[in-house]
Amino acid sequence: MRYVEEYRDPAAARRLVTRITDLAGNDHFKFMEVCGGHTHTIYRHGIEHVLPEEVELVHGPGCPVCVIPMGRVDDAIAIAETPDVIFTSFGDMMRVPGSNGNLLGAKARGADVRFVYSPLDALQIATENPSRNVVFFAVGFETTAPSTAVTLLQAREMNVSNFHVFSNHVTIVPPIKAILESPDLRLDGFLGPGHVSTVVGNRPYRFVPEKYGKPLVTAGFEPLDILQAILMLLLQIRQGRCEVENQYSRVVRDEGNPRALEILAEVFELRPHFEWRGLGFISQSALRLRPEFARWDAELKYAVPGVRVADPKACQCGEVLKGVIKPWECKVFGTACTPETPIGTCMVSSEGACAAYYNFGRLHREAAVTLGRSRAV
Amino acid sequence: MCLGIPGQIVEMHPQYEHLAKVDVSGVGRMINIGLLEDEHLVPGDWVLIHVGFAMSKIDEHEAELALASLQMMGEMFTDEVDALMSSPSTTTVPRV
Repeated sequence: MRYVEEYRDPAAARRLVTRITDLAGNDHFKFMEVCGGHTHTIYRHGIEHVLPEEVELVHGPGCPVCVIPMGRVDDAIAIAETPDVIFTSFGDMMRVPGSNGNLLGAKARGADVRFVYSPLDALQIATENPSRNVVFFAVGFETTAPSTAVTLLQAREMNVSNFHVFSNHVTIVPPIKAILESPDLRLDGFLGPGHVSTVVGNRPYRFVPEKYGKPLVTAGFEPLDILQAILMLLLQIRQGRCEVENQYSRVVRDEGNPRALEILAEVFELRPHFEWRGLGFISQSALRLRPEFARWDAELKYAVPGVRVADPKACQCGEVLKGVIKPWECKVFGTACTPETPIGTCMVSSEGACAAYYNFGRLHREAAVTLGRSRAV
Repeated sequence: MCLGIPGQIVEMHPQYEHLAKVDVSGVGRMINIGLLEDEHLVPGDWVLIHVGFAMSKIDEHEAELALASLQMMGEMFTDEVDALMSSPSTTTVPRV
């Protein structure tokens, strides 16, 4: 694949790590990677292992599966168990636990729950099954929300009446604000989310340096992207600058994708409040269908319980999502909570910090050697 | 689901302008390119694909620049280190 091999060059990684180590000196830096995709890359390639101890990475809330609260999963299951419904979902959401099991459990009990790759697949199932009601469980940040929006426009154009969307789309800026307002976390800067930014651009992050005095560098997903973005953050700090920079300019434009933003605004509007797992209620942080699309809104068609369910006591996903604790510091990590039997959402998705650490943490040393350098060597 | 996959446009759909066939790791797939209509995509272009939609065009020029700057930074840096190492005045304890 183009521009993948090049961004994994061990020699370049070594040079970047040397410069990072030089710039950090003896000071301690704590940077948050907002995006779950970054968390995945960091663990998969053992990046934490090659960085100097002075540079600490904190995992943020940018995993769309991880931030869905239990109450919404219960709502999804209630819809899925309605007679005549075909409930469609991205694979990641199937194993997210609600207060009484997950969607796979509902499927085992007889509900027609199907995995789809794209919302367009769900729409196609609806056109092929005109006597059934097809519901799409829409999750994701601005990266996936435009796809749901285009699918709804298509449903309207084709006049498909048996297709409905259960929208759980969320937006990226409010949780970053919530983290910055959080009293128990001291951060020196952010690795900005790469793929969300292909849609929203870099401008919405300007408040981070301007209001909170923290630098932010939008980063790509290859190991060298992450290392270079860390270097750019350190350079800003050492040169006394504080701004939004774009390391991922091969994909992200400052203005984002204007067409996608236009379609988002046409189909969705902001909810006054939405509950985030671990972060609580955040105002204007999620998207619901505009009244013009009420015909396709699953929340209006089905009477969902809509009950707020507290997370299980043992689960510390909230603290992991805010970067207050590391995955392995959670009391149930790797014992009661594993990818096979997750208690918390962070253990479900491959973008979740706990699953990424569980799956790749043990390979750290080997990966570090591949990258060219390890503290252990 | 947020992890995009790069794909290369092979051909535009003859009938629907919002569809194109892309090559993803040697496999042909039809994807929706409607969100990139302002980019005027042509076969050979690389795009980043999320859940069946091309969300952004991968800018080859920017990609080359980024790689070149990484490369250059490396050379400049290693040259600097080499120069320092070969400098006689820094190799030994100063002879007082």
